[in-house]
Amino acid sequence: MTSAAVECRDLRKHYADVKAVDGLDLQVERGECFGLLGPNGAGKTTTIEILEGLTVPDSGRVEILGMNWSDSERALRETIGISLQETQLPEKLTVFEIVRLFRSFYRDGRDPDDLLRDLSLDEKRNARYGKLSGGQKQRLAVACALIGNPQILFLDEPTTGLDPQSRLQLWEVVARFRKTGGTVLLTTHYMEEAERLCDRIAIIDHGKRISLGTPAELIAKLEARNIIEFTSEPELPEDTFRAICQGCTKHRDRWQLRVDSLADAVPQLLAIIEKRGAKLVTLSTHAATLEDVFVSLTGRELRDV
Amino acid sequence: MSEKPRPPILELVVVRTKEFLRETEAMFWVFGFPLLLALALGFAFRAKAPDKIPIGVVAGPHAQEHAAALAKSPVLLPRVYSVEEGRNALRLGRISLLVDDGPTFRFDPTRPDSRTARIEADDALEAAAGRRDVLHPHEEKVTQQGSRYIDFLMPGLVGMNLMSTGMWGMGFAIVNARMRKLLKRLVATPMRKSHYILSFFLGRMIWLTLEVVVLVLFGWLVFGVRVNGSIALLTLVCLVGGYGFSGLGLLLASRVKTIEAISGLMNLVMVPMWICSGVFFSYERFPDAVKPLIRALPLTALNDALRAVINDAAGFPQVMMPIIVLAAWGIVGFAIGIRIFKWQ
Repeated sequence: MTSAAVECRDLRKHYADVKAVDGLDLQVERGECFGLLGPNGAGKTTTIEILEGLTVPDSGRVEILGMNWSDSERALRETIGISLQETQLPEKLTVFEIVRLFRSFYRDGRDPDDLLRDLSLDEKRNARYGKLSGGQKQRLAVACALIGNPQILFLDEPTTGLDPQSRLQLWEVVARFRKTGGTVLLTTHYMEEAERLCDRIAIIDHGKRISLGTPAELIAKLEARNIIEFTSEPELPEDTFRAICQGCTKHRDRWQLRVDSLADAVPQLLAIIEKRGAKLVTLSTHAATLEDVFVSLTGRELRDV
Repeated sequence: MSEKPRPPILELVVVRTKEFLRETEAMFWVFGFPLLLALALGFAFRAKAPDKIPIGVVAGPHAQEHAAALAKSPVLLPRVYSVEEGRNALRLGRISLLVDDGPTFRFDPTRPDSRTARIEADDALEAAAGRRDVLHPHEEKVTQQGSRYIDFLMPGLVGMNLMSTGMWGMGFAIVNARMRKLLKRLVATPMRKSHYILSFFLGRMIWLTLEVVVLVLFGWLVFGVRVNGSIALLTLVCLVGGYGFSGLGLLLASRVKTIEAISGLMNLVMVPMWICSGVFFSYERFPDAVKPLIRALPLTALNDALRAVINDAAGFPQVMMPIIVLAAWGIVGFAIGIRIFKWQ
């Protein structure tokens, strides 16, 4: 039986006053794209850096391709590619020089020029790192992760701060890597990114896994396919509409109701508001997303944590 | 089709060198600054006929007579002052000696120029009063190459430069890479950590050779400062010096997280050596008790060895001690620095 691409059991890492990772179990299968989703400070980066062998956990077991970091560090370094959250490569070196430098560290690897073409960086081949745009810098970081022809690609928030175009370009790079049979483990706090890229997602909060599954499974767990958001004047108390929804959360003066059928729930809601003599100020609806899963699990929104 | 990748250590050295070449400011500090310093100091202290010493004569019945007698001295430049002006000028150091009508000599015996002025003035007044000299010693004036200030200064500047570039070359670049999380990214590859540190050291040695060649050539062409000893020995001294300071630079940079912290730390270590290690003036003037301490400093060892080879044509036995001191600093610096080095 072949081992999983990445596996960890009961991972723990505590800093002075924070339990960054608090008993985490994960298993990433070969060829899979697995996402760690969670707000800032949830422990995603600590987790991925433990898996990458850059941080030593207080306790717990990590296996990458059936090997562990203490016995097989060099072999593992040859087989995985890493993009850290905020590495700045040398400003004065050109794109090609940087990729060639990273290539020299690996026994086997890809041809720098081929790789740059694949990542649409060939036009910037001789441009210095300092002159690149954010998206180009990020693609170069991924190029450095791919240059050793890895089996597993670790990406820590690969598209944070990028414009939509650059984000799409990066997603394509990940998709192409998967076509060659590669495994991807990424962290993100973008729901859209997780839904688009990942086969399975673990939602992480306070260093713990609070949910796990495919994006569709996670959304199905809501048992509510739609979301109604509304504000009213005056505000209504929760018990007035508790009966017409599966669950609700409040953000400042805006109520968010998880419902199964909009056709049933919206008229009921309007009737309740009218009966209470209140005035509807805003009303919107959308199909449930991972964002809503996160809200229902934590009572908080991803962005404003 | 694709070229075979170069060995990582070579690639690292090439990249270091390119980065440095593209850093215009660093180039100035390594090459421009020491040359400017040598030029400025070399001209300021160039060998020339000493200026006459300005002295004052207090206005009075004999003032003109004294002034005329004093003006005959080849080293004195007398001027007549009122009592108050004269005392002020003496206090402010504008004149080195004040001659009262008596005559009385008023001067500060701790100032060498004042002592010279006193002897010369005494001589001139006595001669004017009719003293007969009987001995008439013969004079032979010697201003020799090798004994000028610039001859003393050039090796000191070479030493100082090797220290600054060695320490900064290691320290600044390493802390910068750590701050940018580049070190962390590099240890996430199969790169060998020893290769990374070795590449800094090798890069340093390449630049060090260029620096020394430029400075020594400059000293020779502009000021006629010759290397009297063997070039091979000079090379050895410079390489060991570069090794010593690279080790010290690595040690300082091994855990520091910010550029501000490393700058402070570097200055803390380097400034005392600029002062104590005989760059601009000999450390012989320091009390005997602290001299062994001063000699144990790496810059003192390097300067002593450089002067021995460049000025005094010393052979290996004479510079063995300083070479051992430098090598020891390098060994200790690298040994501890690598052990406590923080990659993240």
